[in-house]
Amino acid sequence: MTKDNRSTFSRRSFLAASTAGVSMLAMPSVLRAQDRSIKVGVYGGYFKDSFDKHIFPKFTEETGIAVESVAEPTGEAWLVQLEQAARAGAAPADLSMMSQVAMLKGQSTELWAPIDMSKITNAGDVLPQFLNKYPDGRVAGVGAVAWYINLVSNTEAYPEAPESWALMWDPANEGKLGLLALVSNSFLLEVTAKTFFGGTGILDTEEGILKVMDKLAELKPNVQLWYRDEAQFEQALKSGEIPMGQYYHDVTGLAAADGFPVRSTFPKEGGILDSGCWALSRASDKVDEAHVFIDFMTRPEMQSLMSLKVGTAPTLKRDVLALTDEEFASVSSSIDPIVPRYDLYTSKADWLNQKWTELIVG
Amino acid sequence: MRRTAPQNPTDYLPITFPTLMLGVFFVIPFGLMVMVSFFKRVQGGFYEPSFTLANYARFLSPFFAEMLVFSLGLAALVSICCLCLGVPFTYRLTRLSRRAQVLWLIGLLGVLSLSEVIIGFAWSTLLSRTAGLSNLFVWLGLMDKPVAWTPSFAAVLTGLVYQAFPYTVLVLYPAFSRLDPSLMEAARTLGASPVRGFLNVVLPAMRKTLLATFIIVFIFALGAYLLPQILGRPQHWTLSVLVTDQAIYQSNMPFAAAMAVFLVFASLVLVAISGQINRRGGGS
Repeated sequence: MTKDNRSTFSRRSFLAASTAGVSMLAMPSVLRAQDRSIKVGVYGGYFKDSFDKHIFPKFTEETGIAVESVAEPTGEAWLVQLEQAARAGAAPADLSMMSQVAMLKGQSTELWAPIDMSKITNAGDVLPQFLNKYPDGRVAGVGAVAWYINLVSNTEAYPEAPESWALMWDPANEGKLGLLALVSNSFLLEVTAKTFFGGTGILDTEEGILKVMDKLAELKPNVQLWYRDEAQFEQALKSGEIPMGQYYHDVTGLAAADGFPVRSTFPKEGGILDSGCWALSRASDKVDEAHVFIDFMTRPEMQSLMSLKVGTAPTLKRDVLALTDEEFASVSSSIDPIVPRYDLYTSKADWLNQKWTELIVG
Repeated sequence: MRRTAPQNPTDYLPITFPTLMLGVFFVIPFGLMVMVSFFKRVQGGFYEPSFTLANYARFLSPFFAEMLVFSLGLAALVSICCLCLGVPFTYRLTRLSRRAQVLWLIGLLGVLSLSEVIIGFAWSTLLSRTAGLSNLFVWLGLMDKPVAWTPSFAAVLTGLVYQAFPYTVLVLYPAFSRLDPSLMEAARTLGASPVRGFLNVVLPAMRKTLLATFIIVFIFALGAYLLPQILGRPQHWTLSVLVTDQAIYQSNMPFAAAMAVFLVFASLVLVAISGQINRRGGGS
């Protein structure tokens, strides 16, 4: 009898405790209501996992500011969400890592709150191409990481590493390629221009762009997959279903380290160099925390750590970094990169998109 | 159950909540979409309130006309395939024992719990060169070497039919289980073979249900945007894929809204036409 009573009591208290515990876990905001926090958007998947594991805990440990990471979709989908939310005065994330095309589009609607560079200790070490500025000189975004989109291949299907982007046009590679489906994230116009027309200067005029598109149309029979979803191509590359294409250098490196038969090559024309900025939504009220965060992330030791753990290229000057030459070479290359013509994707966005869709669908 | 018309305001009370929900979650968002479709696109930015027909004008081109025709054609083909498979299937199903029927229906409902993404990736693996069904055929000696069946039009069609099939059966099932068995018995007594009886007696009696099913599956397939991307080549992308592209990747909400309004309009017209045909053909 006594035993029964005790067990009822303990079961009840256990239930009460676990209910309380579960509801606390379900609402993390309650747990640290007193603390300072910031919501940071990073690309979902492998990127976010690496940040959650290696980067954010260090920041919280040092500053006491909790980081709630938000998985953001790649491309401009996140920009649309931030823009819609900011119009309603809300911010699904305070700071977000934004790629260049999305940065520029956000700048044109003043979506990004200006960053006060005097609060960033290493402001002088950030390479100028990784600072996004409004026309009047205010800073809209500070370089977070840079990444390369390279020529990738399955090592079983291609024992020799490919040397040039031109290989994608080789008739022997019919049905073998996986390429990004959008003009504004594949940067294939720039690749074609640099490989066959001596540089991206030809893209200055619409006639030039159409000439480049004609050349690009020649590789259509070789393309098995035009992908929007990265996982789709990554899977196909690993299995050899689609043994060649364009893909991110960092993720390919990780897959290779996990033992998959894939490699990422810097072609002789250069890899495509794109980058992400930390940008603060104008609807956010965490301005101070955001500056502390950017200050922390632009430290040389954090930039090195990201290169080692996430596989991205640093946005600081080479000489302030403690990376060895070998470590630096694994995330970057001395070959002159293909730099996207970001100006086109804002000034001619709709025309380019229309021509591009007609090119690949037609 | 009362069958008289509502007499006073309180009689409308039971339908207040559904009406409210329909208003908040359907009518208002749809109205907003129509409104945005007339807004002005700011290139390299977002959009601003205005009244312009430019978004509709951009849509009126041979390129988008072809896309629209392809999307409507694909949706119609999916409906036809679903009916060709679903009608004999459901007819046989309703002739099984109660227990077997329940098991089959649970299985079909299970398919509905799968997300479009999982269905897409599963089919792309099944139809792939490296891990797909063709390897099985090679092993059986039916083929020389494994081939990739995806991306292709057939793969898109297969994926969409697979996804829409449970809906087809669920819509057909109540009508077929209520079907008077004496119809078929009479046909057989008068000397018709089972197939002939099915085609000449059962199907005509089911005409309205078949049309309703066709329309439901058609509209369902018209909205598909993931499977055509995962299983098809760019020429198999539907208008819905381009709507997504414009809304999500180009931040061109006004043009995306205009395309979506056009798609809704086109499907409403088709539904109206088929309703008209049914009324005229029905006679009674």
